[in-house]
Amino acid sequence: MSQPSISQRGRDWFHALCGSAPLQQGLPPSLLVADGELAGQPARYIAVVADPHNPFERARHGEVGLLEGWALAAAIDAAVQADQQQTDKRAIVAIIDAPSQAYGRREEAYGIHQALAAAAAAYAGARLAGHPVIGLIVGKAMSGAFLAHGYQANRLLALNDAGVMVHAMGKQAAARITLRSVDELETLAASIPPMAYDIASYASLGLLWRLLETEQPDQPTPADVQQVRTALAEALHDIQADPQRDLYQRLHGEHRQATRRIRALLQGQWSEIGG
Amino acid sequence: MSHQQDITRLLQGRSFIELSARERAHSLLDAGSGRELAGPFERLYSPWLSAQGIVAQADDGVVICKGLLDGQPAVIAAIEGGFQGGSLGEVGGAKLASALELAAADNRQGIPTRAVILFETGGVRLQEANLGLAAIAEIHAAIVDLARYQPVIGIIAGTVGCFGGMSIAAGLCSYLIVTREARLGLNGPQVIEQEAGVAEYDSRNRPFIWSLTGGEQRQACGLADALLDDDSVLIRQQLLDFIARGLPEQPRHRRSQHMLQRLLAMDSTSQADAASARQLFQSGAKL
Repeated sequence: MSQPSISQRGRDWFHALCGSAPLQQGLPPSLLVADGELAGQPARYIAVVADPHNPFERARHGEVGLLEGWALAAAIDAAVQADQQQTDKRAIVAIIDAPSQAYGRREEAYGIHQALAAAAAAYAGARLAGHPVIGLIVGKAMSGAFLAHGYQANRLLALNDAGVMVHAMGKQAAARITLRSVDELETLAASIPPMAYDIASYASLGLLWRLLETEQPDQPTPADVQQVRTALAEALHDIQADPQRDLYQRLHGEHRQATRRIRALLQGQWSEIGG
Repeated sequence: MSHQQDITRLLQGRSFIELSARERAHSLLDAGSGRELAGPFERLYSPWLSAQGIVAQADDGVVICKGLLDGQPAVIAAIEGGFQGGSLGEVGGAKLASALELAAADNRQGIPTRAVILFETGGVRLQEANLGLAAIAEIHAAIVDLARYQPVIGIIAGTVGCFGGMSIAAGLCSYLIVTREARLGLNGPQVIEQEAGVAEYDSRNRPFIWSLTGGEQRQACGLADALLDDDSVLIRQQLLDFIARGLPEQPRHRRSQHMLQRLLAMDSTSQADAASARQLFQSGAKL
């Protein structure tokens, strides 16, 4: 059993980036949503944060659980609906600091997979509808939590810091499932980039658009905030200049050669066979 | 069922579960129409497994078959549960994502290609962790894109079931077919037990696990659309029926307001069981 410690990063960066914009009402306290601006354009900022009073006790440390999944979907769908007639769709900025999805009996029984699907579908739908979607990883971006909150973004940015981590499963559980010790897992992770837990190895997979240097990722200085704002604005402009709304931009990484080879092969054979 | 009926049934030999991923794909497509793409003779081994002392497989456990369903163009992506628990790594994940993207591209060019995903998977292959996770995000993106044009149909037959990031993919499908052997859940039982303790989730208690995540329960909750016997012919017929039905009026994942209200109104302090789950989903409109 493990008890994740509670991180404040998501909350702190959320407030630093959207300033005095009022919080959207009617959502669970574990979801912060506010309409602010980015590069002078409207932007909806979204963070999942720890709520120690979450009615679902397995989701009190910032995990993405049942309420969070469905509420993310509701918050994103509302923005898509509000901008339906607009040519310029508001940006959606996902601030990611999620230790994991919620692990529990209620979660499985009540269909957490469907709640997370709702969130992923809402983000993907927003992207396809023309909303620039940006994921900013300021802490952990783990597994199902990341799939539901951020992984559908047009561009992913991350702080270059030891507290920032993207992974499919925590070390203890991953060791148990793969029948290894944690030591063995760590040894392998050192030489197999997709298994590694550090953000530099993750960056070598080509999934990040940019890695950002900050002085104090835990308590961002005004200069840190300014620098991240600038990078978000550049990501926004990059998305707006890009005619493609899919995730093609993630396929160029040093350690994704097999992905590219297989995609090219499949595409060639697909057209050979025809309809 | 009488002893004689049991024997007759066994001799008919139409089990779907007993088929390999490749056989499943061909059994669903119109007879003789299936062509495998990026197949085992391309020798697409995982570049990461052998470095970890694990024997790789030439198709990496994912079979992509293009062919016809009721005379219409279709692609079937079948995950082989017998290889590494149906886990998705870089190669298998890229095959699946790419096939779905190509089906969506077909539709944009006026070719109405449908896609069927045969889920038999524990989710991300932990030996290729972040590349599996990235591919699954791309699979999600492709399902959402394709499901704008054509129904995407998922089948979870068993016995591996469908877990992890791929359970989210199942939740994105337009229609979902399950059997009693199937399980559908975000987190595998062992992982929940590891993270939350055995009192929360006893991974060895199989009746308990099936009562919450088994095919029958999921269908009763509206989290799957059809519960079928393990019968290839019946499964194919149901698949064709869903295709003929076209896009669902309201996909399951579009019920956020309703589900939020229901979850906030329920007693979340009591522990969950099969009955409380059915109550959550069955009161009010069908999910």
